[in-house]
Amino acid sequence: MEKTLTREEVEKVAVLARLKLSDTELDRFTAQLGKVLEYVAILNEVNTDDVEPMAHAVEMKNVFRDDVPTPSLSREQALANAPKTDGKFFLVPQILEEV
Amino acid sequence: MEITQATAAELLRAMEQNELSCVEVTQAFLDAIQTRDVAVQAFLHVDPERALQQAEAVDQKRRNGQSLGRLGGLPVAVKDVLCTQGQPTTCASRMLQNFVPPYDAHVIERLKAEDAVLLGKTNMDEFAMGSSTENSAFQKTRNPWNLEHAPGGSSGGSAAAVAAGMAPIAVGSDTGGSIRQPASFCGVVGMKPTYGRVSRYGLVAYASSLDQIGPFANDVHGAALLMEVLAGYDSRDSTCADRPVPRYTERLDQPLDGLRIGIVEEHFTEGLDAEVESAVQDALKIYESLGARIEKVRLPHSRYAVATYYLIAPSEASSNLARYDGVHYGFRAQQFSNMVDMYSTTRGEGFGAEVKRRIMLGTYALSAGYYDAYYLKALKVLRLIRRDFDEAFAKVDVIAGPVSPTPAFRIGELVDDPLAMYLSDIYTISANLAGIPGISIPAGLSREGLPIGLQLMAPPFEEERLLRAARMFERETDWHRRRPKLMLTPQAGE
Repeated sequence: MEKTLTREEVEKVAVLARLKLSDTELDRFTAQLGKVLEYVAILNEVNTDDVEPMAHAVEMKNVFRDDVPTPSLSREQALANAPKTDGKFFLVPQILEEV
Repeated sequence: MEITQATAAELLRAMEQNELSCVEVTQAFLDAIQTRDVAVQAFLHVDPERALQQAEAVDQKRRNGQSLGRLGGLPVAVKDVLCTQGQPTTCASRMLQNFVPPYDAHVIERLKAEDAVLLGKTNMDEFAMGSSTENSAFQKTRNPWNLEHAPGGSSGGSAAAVAAGMAPIAVGSDTGGSIRQPASFCGVVGMKPTYGRVSRYGLVAYASSLDQIGPFANDVHGAALLMEVLAGYDSRDSTCADRPVPRYTERLDQPLDGLRIGIVEEHFTEGLDAEVESAVQDALKIYESLGARIEKVRLPHSRYAVATYYLIAPSEASSNLARYDGVHYGFRAQQFSNMVDMYSTTRGEGFGAEVKRRIMLGTYALSAGYYDAYYLKALKVLRLIRRDFDEAFAKVDVIAGPVSPTPAFRIGELVDDPLAMYLSDIYTISANLAGIPGISIPAGLSREGLPIGLQLMAPPFEEERLLRAARMFERETDWHRRRPKLMLTPQAGE
């Protein structure tokens, strides 16, 4: 946990996060995130050997509902906020190369 | 009665007794927004026409002798993180600048069902990430008590709207202190309920295991009343608790006999501003004079709360915000070379710096090789933090302490130092991690004239106890009646 963050690691994480960052952002984030990681290293002081992780403050079992169809958004409503649509589908750039 | 300085209860009574119509009340707040919000910048969208239509409908119902909901015509401001059907919901992000939700959040349905009048949507830190509302992509909200200072955040717009008399009550959300810290900075009441007490359906997700919706008001009664409306079971949020909602207003004025108040030794260490500390000490003396017993408790893991939070919350955020890819709704970049580049460019252009930082931090903490060391470690410390509270609440009924280490800081003061900004939530974050309710109530003014809040925390689902304990203090003091000068000196045109 103690090692410092490198610019290369930040670049790698940006690819994983699908975030295009400028050179200035990469420099700034390397320094700022490095500082935050140094800070969170204080958790190493805590002995958690026999401690179960807690995912939720209010621990509950799975909540199931009956599988009953209910009304949902119309196609028109569902597409209303789409950046690009032909009225039937969400349109995205071509992903398959033409042969 | 000066409408914009009145409490929710006073306004309701005046409308019920036909001294004021709902249209008159709504118009007064719309006028206040028009004159005061030029300086404060609390609102992102106001829809006067729609608000007046709702008000007219309430007046019509009253004239017809129809029964009205519990909010019977009270105007309310809503943080722009809650989906409102047919009205913009931006999360103060360029990513959602043009987003118009096709459905209402559960709490919006509840507000409408109880005859509230929706005034508009309030500014916030982008996607609720921040402690000053400076991370909004659109505007900087100013603290009504001093326009050079921040209102706190992330629900800074809702807190400032109530503080400046632009709404009697408002709704916010709190993931690490985002209701209580701005309430403290703006001198109003703000409460974060128990995790699961209020449905998160239609709340744009930041950190789902910590997010909770809650009320702002200019007195404890207003917060209790709004809480009665917000709380309750909803099958569309599987973490929402299926248990009855008490009538919080009913026994609000009954003091708690033999109240045991815990003070946390770890709260009174370095970093706590002397004026904040003395306001807290004064508040404790008032409680003692009311017969409460003050006891020291320990939360030995509280010093790890900020670190735990800044691993868990960004991890959840990195996952939650993966949905903003420029495909189904929201912003899409214009220039890109292929599908993956479309995602990255859209996200690079659509998100602001703090959102990017947290997505990066979370992606790092969850990535291969670091998951155990960061995310899993944080979840284990989380259990120890919760255990501390369980042990403390075995001895005391509520815990009292500061809300934030200082009164409102200046706009721009912490903006380039993310870690310092994170530490302004040091006393509020634990309640989110432990899932317990917490409230901030006005408890003083600094020499500079900035509000100071007192925080009370209670065990899970003890909102009624929390509100009654808060009311005990409020009855003995007049901090909640103080108003910023901005409200007392009429602006041009008012």
